[in-house]
Amino acid sequence: MARPSQLFRNLNAKVASIPMILTALVVFVGGTIWTIVYSFTNSRLLPRLNFVGLDQYERLWSTPRWIISIENLLIYGSLSLIFSMVIGFLLAALLDQKIRFEDTFRTIFLYPFALSFIVTGLVWQWLLNPDFGLQGIVRSWGWESFAFDPLYNQDIVIYGILIAGLWQGTGLVMCLMLAGLRGIDEDVWKAARVDGIPMWKTYVFIVIPMMRPVFVTALVIVASGIVRVYDLVVAQTGGGPGIASEVPAKYVINMMFEAQNLGQGFAASTMMLVTIAIILVPWAYLEFGGRNRRG
Amino acid sequence: MADIALHQTEAIAGPRGPKPRAAFSRRNIFIYGTLIVVSVYYLLPLYVMVVTSLKGMPEIRLGNVFSPPVEITFEPWVKAWAQACTGLNCDGLSRGFWNSVRITIPSVILSIAIASVNGYALANWRFKGADVFFTILIVGAFIPYQVMIYPIVIILREIGLYGSLAGLVIVHTIFGMPILTLLFRNYFAALPEELFKAARVDGAGFWAIYLRIMLPMSLPIFVVAMILQVTGIWNDFLFGVVYTRPDTYPMTVQLNNIVNSVQGVKEYNVNMAATLITGLVPLVIYFVSGKLFVRGIAAGAVKG
Repeated sequence: MARPSQLFRNLNAKVASIPMILTALVVFVGGTIWTIVYSFTNSRLLPRLNFVGLDQYERLWSTPRWIISIENLLIYGSLSLIFSMVIGFLLAALLDQKIRFEDTFRTIFLYPFALSFIVTGLVWQWLLNPDFGLQGIVRSWGWESFAFDPLYNQDIVIYGILIAGLWQGTGLVMCLMLAGLRGIDEDVWKAARVDGIPMWKTYVFIVIPMMRPVFVTALVIVASGIVRVYDLVVAQTGGGPGIASEVPAKYVINMMFEAQNLGQGFAASTMMLVTIAIILVPWAYLEFGGRNRRG
Repeated sequence: MADIALHQTEAIAGPRGPKPRAAFSRRNIFIYGTLIVVSVYYLLPLYVMVVTSLKGMPEIRLGNVFSPPVEITFEPWVKAWAQACTGLNCDGLSRGFWNSVRITIPSVILSIAIASVNGYALANWRFKGADVFFTILIVGAFIPYQVMIYPIVIILREIGLYGSLAGLVIVHTIFGMPILTLLFRNYFAALPEELFKAARVDGAGFWAIYLRIMLPMSLPIFVVAMILQVTGIWNDFLFGVVYTRPDTYPMTVQLNNIVNSVQGVKEYNVNMAATLITGLVPLVIYFVSGKLFVRGIAAGAVKG
């Protein structure tokens, strides 16, 4: 047991860490446990400890709106991951060719990342407006039957959001990839050139495997951002048309603050937590499993 | 032998030598061509925002989104700033702007003050158990906000800050803490330890070392943290909509309410002006700060 003198040693550092300790224990651990516990209750307007077992989860998974949310998340998530990785890497590789105006191009590719999802969503809502936006312009060129109105078509609305999401987020991936490429020893390139290996082969078989940590980091960042997608949908489509572009994060907020169905909200947010855990636990295991020994 | 040697030198000196750098080689055309095409895609929305916000409504109805304005008018900007309606309030975005300023400034100061001192304690004054809390903090950064939103509502209600700007400032401080603490901890840990030891030998304590040595030596990282926080908090929507009331809504929330309001005729030019005004603060920070912004992002990336 810690004697009082032990407790008061290094007191200033402990005082300075109080906000961190409170945040970690009360908000992060406490808040998470609280939400999980209350997801097993039938709380509606106010949280009440009236346990109903897995009722909320059963209802959740039989709600069409939640199912659509999950489907959207899967489509948006997988495409967003693939495209942002591929495009991000290609742009970084192009910028890494010792070109002129590198800073200018980088600034252009990254500036959307400084903008909020609300701004992003609203701009793309305008660009994809069927009367005045892209569709209207192509039609005014004479292609009367041209149809591209993702925001008013249930079947493709999620791709409209994807376009906006990629516009906002690819710059970040490019930035990370570029940092990764710069971290590769120049000698690797020289050796590959001496051996007469074509450039694309050097990238695919030497450079990309060497950049594994960068890819993993980018993947984790993009993936955990995807699960959080909320503002973009609110601004661009409001979940519509109908409920075609709903996402889990929006379902949670609606249940908690509009539908006065707290239990559903807690169950849905717990499912979001599970999703994150499925993404993160294998990654943490791979990344830090062997590194702990070094401290 | 000589023949082989000659052949070899030829092979090396031939196509594998340093490439002549012609300005219009096929390689250059491909690289710059691709980059320029992609740049157009990235710049288009910004261009359309600017162009639309400078047109009158009749012109918008006739033309297309890409055509430059025939008659430039700043009226949509004035209207967006001072007259645009959200619900019953028709005093424009200016209210949201000042709310955002009132939210951002204290949040940035408080979160950086707490995180920097905390990072310093973690780097130089480690105590037993510190790493456990720090690990929880970093892992917690990955928990979806939705999981913690309601418990925080209850906490804020208990201390009487739910719905107030002060409550939102606390929320921003909490959720900024993981990344900022990591940022400062790593930065302080990378400073030469001799500095710290010398100050200790001279009898300087926890706060004296922080204020007189660490703080002046780490201004760049404070700037990076500021960029990260200002853009992050300014762009926040979720916390704003959950933890404030309509009269204290930050700019992003008000903007969304203005543009996506179902009442009245849609005034696209005013909407785009409003959108542009809201995006202006982070954009200016981005273009002014340049490389530091990239550094902030790279730091944010470590958080994941």
